Amino acid sequence: MIGLQHYLTVAGMLFVLSIAGIIINRKNLILLLMCIELMLLAVNTNFIAFSRFLGDETGQVFVFFILTVAAAEAAIGLAILVVLFRNRRSIAVQELNTLKG
Amino acid sequence: MYSYYLTIVLAPLAAAIIAGLAGKKIGRAGAHWVTIIGVGISCALSLFVLQNMFWGGAEAENISVYTWAVTDGLRMEVGFLVDRLTALMMCVVTFVSLAVHIYTIGYMHEDPGYQRFFSYISLFTFSMLMLVMSNNFLQLFFGWEAVGLVSYLLIGFWFKRESAIFANLKAFLVNRVGDFGFILGIAAVVTLTGSLDYATVFGGAEAMAEQSIEVLPGTPWNAMTVTCILLFIGAMGKSAQAPLHVWLPDSMEGPTPISALIHAATMVTAGIFMVARMSPLFELSTTALAVVIVIGSITAFFMGLLGIVQNDIKRVVAYSTLSQLGYMTVALGASAYSAAIFHLMTHAFFKALLFLAAGSVIIALHHEQDIRKMGGIRKYMPITYWTALIGSLALIGFPGSSGFFSKDLLIEAVRESHWHGQGAVYWIAYLSVLLGVFVTALYSFRMFFLVFHGKERMSKEAKSHLHETPAVVTVPLIMLAIPSAAIGWFTVGPVLFGDYFGDAIHVSSAHDVLGHMGEAWHGSLGLLTHAVMTPVFWLAAAGVFVAWFLYLKRPDIPATIQSKVSGLYNLLDRKYYFDDLYIKGFAAGGRNIGNFLWKKGDELIIDGIVVNGTANTIGRLAGVMRQIQTGYLYTYAFAMIIGLTMLLGWLIWLR
Repeated sequence: MIGLQHYLTVAGMLFVLSIAGIIINRKNLILLLMCIELMLLAVNTNFIAFSRFLGDETGQVFVFFILTVAAAEAAIGLAILVVLFRNRRSIAVQELNTLKG
Repeated sequence: MYSYYLTIVLAPLAAAIIAGLAGKKIGRAGAHWVTIIGVGISCALSLFVLQNMFWGGAEAENISVYTWAVTDGLRMEVGFLVDRLTALMMCVVTFVSLAVHIYTIGYMHEDPGYQRFFSYISLFTFSMLMLVMSNNFLQLFFGWEAVGLVSYLLIGFWFKRESAIFANLKAFLVNRVGDFGFILGIAAVVTLTGSLDYATVFGGAEAMAEQSIEVLPGTPWNAMTVTCILLFIGAMGKSAQAPLHVWLPDSMEGPTPISALIHAATMVTAGIFMVARMSPLFELSTTALAVVIVIGSITAFFMGLLGIVQNDIKRVVAYSTLSQLGYMTVALGASAYSAAIFHLMTHAFFKALLFLAAGSVIIALHHEQDIRKMGGIRKYMPITYWTALIGSLALIGFPGSSGFFSKDLLIEAVRESHWHGQGAVYWIAYLSVLLGVFVTALYSFRMFFLVFHGKERMSKEAKSHLHETPAVVTVPLIMLAIPSAAIGWFTVGPVLFGDYFGDAIHVSSAHDVLGHMGEAWHGSLGLLTHAVMTPVFWLAAAGVFVAWFLYLKRPDIPATIQSKVSGLYNLLDRKYYFDDLYIKGFAAGGRNIGNFLWKKGDELIIDGIVVNGTANTIGRLAGVMRQIQTGYLYTYAFAMIIGLTMLLGWLIWLR
């Protein structure tokens, strides 16, 4: 029988993987955006699982919201990325250190 | 009379402003005319006021002109107290000032700073009148500082000369020392009586004398003594009494008319005037009077000695001024205030005359001041010669001259003073003034003989130009020679023994020397016939004789004496090492402290440690902190995760 903890474990693994992706990835900014999407999906999984097991539909409503926002965010993120590439001719994370003090 | 007083004060001020600010527009002639008219008006009105007092029997007037501020019951006012003392001072100041104004036309006629000079001397007349006519301590202090300022400006009139700048700074700083005491004295007066007004303060003098002040904790001193000594320190600065005398000889760097007006006749007598004005206070403190008389004696005798070794014509006269100021101070200390003021008056005339005569010689020799390079000028400059002779005779107290009456009676007053039988104080004072007569005669006639008689020691070139100076120079000489010769005759009786000063000068009955002497007074002629029987006359005659013998008869002797007692000569030539002490001791010490505070206190501690130190520490800290800001996205993300984890961990396990 697949219980709540199985879903949560999968979600947790997805979340940790996406964090690892953000931190370890040094080459490609697109990968970074994908990791963020993955992180949101991990959260969504959690919401669905809790909604199902606690019998409360509010969680599912939240998931719809998050999906919508994530889509918009991905669009904006990709747009920024295109502009960035035009300006700097590179999207390597390693080279983006203008915030350095 | 109110409008008269206001005109007397404001006419020179207006002239000074016009000559000073519009000097270029009105030109050189305009500048001297406007100032001479301004001072002339003052002089005429002052004489009128004096005449009203003297013959018209006018009462003293105490007028408040303007209330400047009232703070917590303390009124600060501008006002005039015109009594007989003031009227006399006003006349002396404006008369000498007028003579000097006229003389300046001749003395400064080639100088580019002509208008500026006239503006300054007119401003001086205004300041001095404010000082003498004041009816409160604040205005007195204003006048006191204003004359000091003008004196500073005029000593440094030739501001391109290194020595003039040094001299005016020295005068200003030494006067500051005196003013420090003076302002403390005024503060003491205000604290003790709660008023700046003369009338109120003098009215409360008795009560003041019963109080005591603890300057050092645990040792109560009489309040009056402390106040009077503090005020007298101010007088010592302004009237150049030892040990604050060092600025006066150096002030001779200024143009000669100034030496005559400010550093001989008027400003330096401000201290004497002030003490006489404060007589109701000084009378109540015997200790303060003892200080006054001892300081005066030291100045009178020892400064006179210095005059003997000086070679600069103006410096000889300057040391003579110091010595005569000492005489006046001695008279103040002996409670013979009237004698001091009387000597002040006669001295103003004959000393201004001597200075102007010296200036006349200096012009004729094209600004040569060394008496060793003069001699035999008598036949080239007869008017200067005769007026200088009158001045010198008045200075040594030749019977009949104005100086004779003032000095002879001054010495007599010291002899009869209430210090008689009081031991040291009496003998210091009496011997100083008595031996001072000999010294005075010696240095005066040494200078006189060296300048006007004997071999002609000037260069050929100077001799070819030598002739009598123009009328603008000789007229003031004659103008001053007349009172120098004659004013003693008819003023001595009323001023000293008549009730001329009335309430203006207060002398307690125990100290009333002049009143005591007045009982034996038989008029000027009586004094004159007794002159040859007094030691004063013989000492003066001996001084003249010695001067004649040493400098005309046997001019080789002084050099021999000089080499025989070179130690004493050096002591005198170095002015008792006062200058060395002050310059190497106080001035250099002050600079060293300043340097130390600058290098260590300011640059090291404040700049180095406090201001820049804080900035540097923060900078270094920021440098370390900056290492964290790599600019890489993943570092920030990592830091966020760590932070979040720690926060969650704390929430879950530690709460």
